[in-house]
This record gives sequence, C-alpha cells and structure tokens, in this order.
Amino acid sequence: MQQRSIVRIGVPLAVAALALSACGSRATTSTGSSSGSASKTVKIGVIAPLSGSLSALGLGIQHSVELAVKQANATNAIPGWKIEVVFKDDEAKADVGKNAATQLAGDDSVVGVVGDLNSSVSQQTQPIFNSAKITQISPANTNPSLTIGADAANPKRQYAAYFRTCTTDAVQGPFAAQYLIAKGIKKVATVHDKQTYGQGLVEAFTKEFTKDGGTITDAETITTADNGGNNDFSTVITKIKPGAPQAIYYGGQFPEAGPLSLQVKNAALTIPLMGGDGIYDPKFIQLAGGKDEGDLATSVGAPADASDAGKKFLADYKAAAYPDESGAYGGYAYDAANAIINALKTSLASASDPKSARQATIDAVSKVSFDGVTGKVAFDQYGDATSKVITVYKVEGGKWVADKTDTFK
Amino acid sequence: MLFLQQLINGLTSGSLYALIAVGYTVVYGIVQLINFAHGEVFMIGAFGSLAVWTIFFQGQTSILILIPMLLGAVAASVGVAVLMERFAYRPLRHAPRLAPLITAIGVSVSLQEIVRLFYPGAKSPLPYPQIDYVSGTALQLGDITLRRSAIFTVGALVVSAVFLWWFINRTKLGRGMQAVSQDPDTARLMGINVDRVIVVAFALGALLAGIAGVAQGLQTNSISQIMGFTAGLKAFTAAVLGGIGNVAGAVVGGLVLGVAESLATQFIPGAFGGTPWKDVWAFVLLIVVLVFRPQGLLGARVVDRA
Repeated sequence: MQQRSIVRIGVPLAVAALALSACGSRATTSTGSSSGSASKTVKIGVIAPLSGSLSALGLGIQHSVELAVKQANATNAIPGWKIEVVFKDDEAKADVGKNAATQLAGDDSVVGVVGDLNSSVSQQTQPIFNSAKITQISPANTNPSLTIGADAANPKRQYAAYFRTCTTDAVQGPFAAQYLIAKGIKKVATVHDKQTYGQGLVEAFTKEFTKDGGTITDAETITTADNGGNNDFSTVITKIKPGAPQAIYYGGQFPEAGPLSLQVKNAALTIPLMGGDGIYDPKFIQLAGGKDEGDLATSVGAPADASDAGKKFLADYKAAAYPDESGAYGGYAYDAANAIINALKTSLASASDPKSARQATIDAVSKVSFDGVTGKVAFDQYGDATSKVITVYKVEGGKWVADKTDTFK
Repeated sequence: MLFLQQLINGLTSGSLYALIAVGYTVVYGIVQLINFAHGEVFMIGAFGSLAVWTIFFQGQTSILILIPMLLGAVAASVGVAVLMERFAYRPLRHAPRLAPLITAIGVSVSLQEIVRLFYPGAKSPLPYPQIDYVSGTALQLGDITLRRSAIFTVGALVVSAVFLWWFINRTKLGRGMQAVSQDPDTARLMGINVDRVIVVAFALGALLAGIAGVAQGLQTNSISQIMGFTAGLKAFTAAVLGGIGNVAGAVVGGLVLGVAESLATQFIPGAFGGTPWKDVWAFVLLIVVLVFRPQGLLGARVVDRA
C-alpha cells in the first residue's frame, strides 16, 4: 500500500497549491471597507477546512469572521489600525493544519486566529500558536482535553493562548444522555467515527447515560470518507440491530451521519439518531434523504435566531451576500472574532507593531466579557467558554427545529 | 441468522469491489499498468449519473430513470477512461514502467480536483437520488434484512460477469484482448490492432466502474469526489487477492474481501473484533494469501514477459 502514501502527499500538495493561489487573490479583497484614518495593519487569521467534505462549515466560519472584521473596520473600532483577514485551509487534516498554522505564525502582523474546526486538527495547531504567542480561539472544538488536559479529574490548563467560544463534549454528551433518559429511552447503541471529536462525545455520553440507569447495547465505530471509509454502514447496522436499541447516539460529523441515518431507517430500524453539533447542519437532512424525521442533535448555545443579537448577525450575514451559509459555527466564529477585536482595542492601544502586542492580546482575551450572538462571551481559567447553554434540535418537516434549550447542570 | 445477514452484507460490498476490480485487472492484463486513476473513473461514473438526474429528472423517482442514469454514468466513465488512455498513457507506452504509474497518480489527483472545483456543489458530499424499487426501505425475509440497493448491486455484478465472459471468450475483440495479453508483438503480427484493443480494455473496465458508481450512490445516498480513492484502493486489493490480470480472479477477490470484512466485524470477539478492526482483518487476509499464494487466489493468468 505504498501508493496510498504517495497519493496522500500528492493530494494535499495540489490542494495547498490551489488554496495558496486562492489566498493571494482574495486576501486583499476581503478587507472590504477601508477607513481613511487607518495607517497600520493587524491581521486576524482564519484556519478551517475550506475544501473537502467539511468545507460548508469552514466557509461559514471564514465569512463570519470576515463579517466581524468588516463591521469593526467600518466603525473604526481600533483607532489607527486596520484589520485584515488571512485565511488558510486545513482540509480538516492534522498535518495540513500544522503547516497552515506554521505559515500563519510566521506572519508578523497576525495577532489572533479563529480556528480550527476539528479538535484533532487543533491538537496539532495549539502548540504552534502558543509558542508564537498568537491568540487562538476555536469556534467549534468541543473535545474537553484541549483546554483541561486528558485527566478531567485534575484539570490543568494546556495552552495559555488557546480559548474556545463553544461548549465541550463534557457538556454536550451528558446533556444528550439526560435528554434521552428524560424521554424514557434507556437502551442506546453508540457509533463514532474514531476522530477526537466523535470519540470524546461518545465517551462523555456513555458515562452519563450509564450513570443515569441507561444501557449501551452496542458500541461501534465507522470510518469517515476522508480516512478511507465508503459510507456503507450495513455491517454496523447488522451488529446493532439484535440489541434492539431505542436510539443511536452518533459521535461524528454530518457527511457520515446523514447516510448512516438513512441506512438505519432503510434497514427497518425506525429509531432516532442523535448526535452533537457536528451533525447539526442542513446538509445532514439532505444526505439522510428525507427519512430523518425525529433525529436529534445537540448544539452549543441558544438558537441564533432566539436573541436579538443573533437575529442581527443572521440579517447582516445575509445582507453581506456571502456565497455560503453561516452554518453551525458561524455565530461562534463571529463571537470569537469579536473577542479578538475587543482584546485588540486594549492590546494595540500602546503597541507600535502587531507582533509586540501578541502577549498583551492573550491577556486581554482572557478578560473579555460581552454579549455575543451565542450568549455571553467570556472565558474561564482554562480557556473554556463560561456559557454552558445547550439546545437540542429535532428534524421536523425537513428542518432543524429547536426542541429544548437549557443550561447544563 | 447473523451469519447469513453478514454474508449478504459482505457479498454486497464485495460485488462493488469486484465491479471496480475488473477494471484494474483487465488493464493490467493488457498493458501491465496499475491504473491508479481507475477509482476516479468510478467516481466520475457516479457524478455522471447524478448529472443526468439533476439536469433531466430532478425530483423524480421512477425506476425508468435508472436507465438514462446508468447510460450517463457509463458515458461519463468510459469517456474519461478513453481520454485518459489517449492523452496520459499512450504517449508513455514505451517509457519505463514507473512513468505511467506516477502519471496514473497524477491523473487521479487531477480528476478529483476537477470534480471538486467544477461540479456544482461538489465541495462537500452530494445527496444521491432515491429511486423507486432500488433504494428505500429494505425487504424483510424472516430475520434477514435485504437492502434493495444490495439486490441491484449483486444483480449488476452477475449481469456484468456474464457479459464479460461472453465478450472475452466469444467476440473477436475479446479474443484479440487475450492474444495481446499473451504476446502483444505476435498479436500485432497476426493483424490485431493493439492500440484499439488497449482502448477497449480501458473502456470495458470503465463500463463496469460506471455501473458500480450508480450502485454506490444508491447504497449510501451520498457521493463525493474522494469516494474513488478508497473504493479504488479496496478494489485494487481485491484484484491482487484474486490474482491480478485474471478477470475471474477480480470477481472472486472482490467477493472474498467483502465477505471477510463483514464476517470479521461480526464474529471476531474481544478487543480485536468489531468495526474498528474490519480493515485490519481484510488486509491480514491479503497478506496471508500472498504469503502462501503470491499469484493470488486464482492465479495471475499473464505470463511474465520480463
């Protein structure tokens, strides 16, 4: 299987070449409005999957950051400074993300970065940004260990420069478990995609679910298409079926969850599939072929259109006419960008060049506190979002509908 | 019951591997080239059928649409395979063997990127249409769940295998292929148009790959530009398992690989069993077979000309 590794290197190379050429032409245009008085330039990086199966989410993150920066430049939020966005494609792959992070860290005018989308990628980019003293705020990393370390009983801050605006699997998984128990569902089969995110979600779910008296009938895994799976889940479904579960809890993303849900229902197993924020995406419903009525997903925060700030964000995003939807993480990316911008107001006030303001920005981000579109934006001593609001969404009439919003206890 | 169920699952995924594996083996048999872009031919087939549906039949589910969709798939994959042979491989016919191999990898990457960049919406997985009778709720036969797409896939393999057997053994072109595979120089002296035979070999593999593309779409309801890479790798494994260059071997290798995967998932107990170890056992099987039978299960039919 030597040829596989050749292709594995070849594909990212080709993609990186394309992505780079795309950056060159678009990075200059993305600054949008220029304020007359601005003299110096500071950059905010975006690192997310802008191609590949998760690009729908990644592009939503990119445009949301662009929107936040555009608004900040328009109001001249940081006097004397103009903000630019540079974006890098991590292809949802750890090795590509690492290279992209190194490139960003090498740019002296980059002070803060929004990203990555995948926990497994952030694991690789965290140390790079941390040693360069670049603030990294992820809108979507939900694996608990990224902030508190692998040992949840003895939490220890991993990287001083790393923050996140979303809640973690330590909250999402258990919240889903409590929700199912409350609905009288006591037997669940779990499936995850062997990625850091999916596995973390299922582990957190399993712990709470069994503690509350539930039974896990079967624990299976699948392989994502990016890692060599073929989206044929019949063997897994056959294994799950004899245990007669009342629901399937899936840890992973929508490109696999959609077909899985469809194949489960086609196999005459009419039970709901529940997942985390990775499946809370309109594409999930498309891929599930209309058979996913009643499927559930948790997502962090209150629904974006439940608050005035959220409504305004969605309206502004629509008005800016970006080619892609803001997606599941748009609001978190927008809040993350604004957290950096807020911090820059303090850190750049007395700075002569962006690089010297890096440490001050980290300090300022850890103290930010403002009302964002996803709720209160502030970080605890580990870099986690203090807001622990979660919403369960349900597929109804071919759309995700908010079913229950609550604060995790 | 579980055994039977997993056997059916395995035969289904195995049929898909087999349909693609034939393309590797036919081309290898004639020109000794591992066409690593063959997985992409399969992917293009799936996109070809989706394009036909999107352009002409959007929103419809009638079983009759399957015919134009299959034609679209086959047209797309055969077209791409023939162009690939003409412009990427033919100029390298007499180059060292490594050159066409690297070219194949380059073609594979290019085709993936072309689809990703230019097929509308292909930046993330696209939903594949649900067609009456061949997709939808599975049939229940006692305890056995029989997926409709599985019936289509296995059926497609049976029809294709019969067609292949007839084509290779009963037509002039097919016998020409056998002759070229045994000795291209003598075949040329006997008046066989070797270039034409090679194009036919590529087209034949692409024909089956196109059908496999439709089968895969119906099974999983989602297609993406990367699906060809994985499927191609598995199919190549199947071709080697059965004996590369041997068409019957490709079919047998595909089925054996599929069944081995699904049975290993169900019946290997403990820490080394279950879905995470599925691929491990599939490749262990490959290694064991190659250790004891380096020529593959049915044996490579091509005499080594080196």
